[in-house]
Amino acid sequence: MAIETVATPETSFLLGRLTWAALPLHEPILVATFAVVAIGGLALVGALSYFRLWGYLWHEWFTSVDHKKIGIMYMVLGLVMLLRGFADAVMMRLQQAWAFNGSEGYLNAHHYDQVFTAHGVIMIFFVAMPFVTGMMNLVMPLQIGARDVAFPFLNNFSFWMTAGGAVIVMASLFVGEFAQTGWLAYPPLSGIDASPYVGVDYYIWGLQVAGVGTTLSGINLVVTIVKMRCPGMTMMRMPVFTWTALCANILIVAIFPVLTATLVLLALDRYIGTNFFTADNGGNPMMFVNLIWIWGHPEVYVLVLPAFGIFSEVTATYCRKPLFGYSSMVYATVCITVLSYIVWLHHFFTMGAGASVNSFFGIASMIISIPTGAKLFNWLFTMYHGRIRYELPMMWTVAFMLTFAIGGMTGVMLAVPPADFVLHNSLFLVAHFHNVIIGGVLFGLFAGIYYWWPKAFGFRLEPFWGKVSFWCWVAGFWVAFTPLYVLGLMGVTRRMRVFDDPDLQIWFLIAALGAALVAIGVAAFLVQIAVSIWKRDELRDTTGDPWDGRTLEWATSSPPPAYNFAFTPVVHGIDAWWDMKSRGYVRPLEGFRPIHMPKSTGSGVILAGLSTVCAMALIWYIWWLAALAFAGVVATAIWHTFNYDRDFDIPAAEVTAVEAARTRLLTRGA
Amino acid sequence: MSAPTHVPDGPAQFHVFEEEHHEAGGSTHLGFWIYLMSDCLIFAVLFATYGVLGSSLAGGPGPRDLFSLPLVALNTTLLLISSITYGFAMLAMYEGDQKGTLKWLAITGAFGAGFIAVELYEFAHMIHEGAGPQRSAFLSAFFALVGTHGLHVTFGIVWLTTLMVQVRRRGLIAANQRRISCLSLFWHFLDLVWIGVFTFVYLLGVLR
Amino acid sequence: MSAGHTETAHGHPHAHGHDGHDVPHGTYRQYMTGFVLAVILTAIPFFVVMTRVIPSPGYTAAIVLICGVAQILVHMIFFLHMTPKAEDGWLLLSTIFTIVLVVITLVGSLWVVFHLNRNMMPGMQELHQEAGPAVAG
Repeated sequence: MAIETVATPETSFLLGRLTWAALPLHEPILVATFAVVAIGGLALVGALSYFRLWGYLWHEWFTSVDHKKIGIMYMVLGLVMLLRGFADAVMMRLQQAWAFNGSEGYLNAHHYDQVFTAHGVIMIFFVAMPFVTGMMNLVMPLQIGARDVAFPFLNNFSFWMTAGGAVIVMASLFVGEFAQTGWLAYPPLSGIDASPYVGVDYYIWGLQVAGVGTTLSGINLVVTIVKMRCPGMTMMRMPVFTWTALCANILIVAIFPVLTATLVLLALDRYIGTNFFTADNGGNPMMFVNLIWIWGHPEVYVLVLPAFGIFSEVTATYCRKPLFGYSSMVYATVCITVLSYIVWLHHFFTMGAGASVNSFFGIASMIISIPTGAKLFNWLFTMYHGRIRYELPMMWTVAFMLTFAIGGMTGVMLAVPPADFVLHNSLFLVAHFHNVIIGGVLFGLFAGIYYWWPKAFGFRLEPFWGKVSFWCWVAGFWVAFTPLYVLGLMGVTRRMRVFDDPDLQIWFLIAALGAALVAIGVAAFLVQIAVSIWKRDELRDTTGDPWDGRTLEWATSSPPPAYNFAFTPVVHGIDAWWDMKSRGYVRPLEGFRPIHMPKSTGSGVILAGLSTVCAMALIWYIWWLAALAFAGVVATAIWHTFNYDRDFDIPAAEVTAVEAARTRLLTRGA
Repeated sequence: MSAPTHVPDGPAQFHVFEEEHHEAGGSTHLGFWIYLMSDCLIFAVLFATYGVLGSSLAGGPGPRDLFSLPLVALNTTLLLISSITYGFAMLAMYEGDQKGTLKWLAITGAFGAGFIAVELYEFAHMIHEGAGPQRSAFLSAFFALVGTHGLHVTFGIVWLTTLMVQVRRRGLIAANQRRISCLSLFWHFLDLVWIGVFTFVYLLGVLR
Repeated sequence: MSAGHTETAHGHPHAHGHDGHDVPHGTYRQYMTGFVLAVILTAIPFFVVMTRVIPSPGYTAAIVLICGVAQILVHMIFFLHMTPKAEDGWLLLSTIFTIVLVVITLVGSLWVVFHLNRNMMPGMQELHQEAGPAVAG
């Protein structure tokens, strides 16, 4: 019985199965990484203490319920995790280019398997998700003319839960191990018999903690869009980014519970020896695959729909035209939202279901390309006869259209079940989903970062290093992934560590070269941020509307005041801010009133911190600590509900002062 | 997509100058409902798992050997009565009757606790008979589904107790009324899930 | 989604809903009607299953299922006070959307896995036939 396996003899009461052996001192790569991280971390802590920034960070950021600051914190989390996930990618490319002609490469199997698992998990859950959620948090309330989200405290809590999940996954690097199962941890490999140590438990609890945050943030943003729109903003006047945010968050609310429930069942199999996904006692491992993809496929659209929204905003702004086919864009988004829920089986055509099942899901998958194609044509027709300004956001948009079209087409190829039987689990598949996720989601996020950076921080990003980054990324992407398409068609499977056939090596070398190019792109992006902060006074945006924008976020200052809008705007059409500008809008200069706002609170940090402790204790079988931390979570949550004093008024005098400062800035700038 | 009526054409009004006090908690009801909908999908997964694995007995006992319908009928009755008593608490709350609200909430909690007690007895009995969640996939799925519902009820009782303390301290203020309404949704939602449980798991289980 | 048509009035969060008063109230009459109906709709399925008054398990199962669905509707209307107008229709819309997803999850999973079992484990099929499908619907 599995139950005996769980109670391994070396667990102690005080520390569970945590021993000195859990530190990976035998892995020189990890020891070196730890040294670098520790020195960097100490330097950061030292600097923060030296400049006395802890109080500032705690009061102004960590406990803040301001949607803009929470959005920025999400983006910072995403950026940090991008560096980790990308380091994993470079390690894989190096290993695969190296391990030929009898060479084992430089990563052993135990380490390599963790690297590819961590790469997938981190890139989806802790890079793409925080970036997308952060972007929606930052921009969407501004676009609908709201002062904050519907549940500001919940927003802060959600962020810290996501951060807690990231901490758990990062901790696995230096204490114990991470899962070696691939990013979706299929049983029976992820069962207790095949993976008895902590790797899969890190995976499960990291995702559970982050998943709670994601679900709550999804609920929050859906309600914000439904209830908090300013007067006159009907559904069919919402900016397209807000529409895509609505659909993405509806999907989040609909699918993340599925992930949570599925991982709970897997955890039960591992912890108390139930038989959901085991191979004996009636369990069915394919049920796990079925359930996890009910979450997994719509998740792809959670990521890509907001990116589509960003492209829509960028295309309209930089072509100085209203978006072509606004309503068709909206209907296409809604169609994709619904359809995304009935295609999950195309991820496991080869499991052995019969022709009728496979054809249903194959056809449904192909149908999704129709609304997606409609969107692409909408963007093209917006550009047609537009006066296009090729600034960085527009460059990323055009790169997206070219890249994503290829990725979409290889996706339709994979949706054909007989073709999938050949290509399943091959590098062709790997190339396909990187093609849509990098070419769609990541390019969209870059477009969005360049587009909204001035709104968030009050200065533009310096374009030279941005262009270096752009060309390295786009060229690097194609150099890295075209060889994988070729290799996949030749039948090379994914997740391989060593290769026998020397003819394949040239392709892996080319792919490694591509990864190096992308690395230069990543570095150039960081240099660009540093240079832009350095030169921020030259790049200052005094107008609040640096790109001649069309939607409401450009109606307020950059960065916006805490209350976003001194007076709640009234909207009369699509592209509200464009409409206001063209109808002789005059900014009100007096008559300000006190503004009602939510108070900051530390409860979110405490709750998420305790949840993270609870998760770590469960991973290491430290039962007393898990129970204590869980009791702490419940007690803190109840204690929090006894606080009824959650709002305050920004006095009219303060609003007047902030607005007067803006008036001075505007007259100086003009 | 017609423009709202109060907005004139031509040089338009672009701001709300007479800003009304943005009422606190106006979004709570919808937000909580959407949370319940997401919870509904957790139960959908558990029902689907039960549906798929419910006939995988692995040579162990099946529904007919294990389920005692009188016990389930008792449990269903307890939960159903707790639903109507919660309704009475709501009615008392609408009338501003703090004492009545607290009384009916306490009665609801007592019936909820009774439900949990019967369920724990049933579980203990099954585990004692060697039909624990480890025995077969059917039993794993059964304990997961029914147990998750039970955990929800337990959580509801904790919440209810907290709320009673808060009502006693601050009275039926708007914030507390909102919380009682949300718990009402939660409580009735659990009742709804229980209908699914006794129909699919117990009654149809015994039938086959 | 008919989202585009429902909210002309909706863009005015300030105009209505003071302290959630657009949240539907129940009345004593509603609660009691709901309770009586729920009791009847609970009693019938327990009665038919426990006494086996109807010899055919198929018909019994059908009655149990119909009563279950009816009772869920009763609870939604009389206890949860769901109306098409509550929260400008968003309550009903989100509920319908959820029901669709729940049905997809349930039916999809059952279809996919039973198909798999029949295809991959033909020897096991007799076993399943004996046990019968888990959900008779």
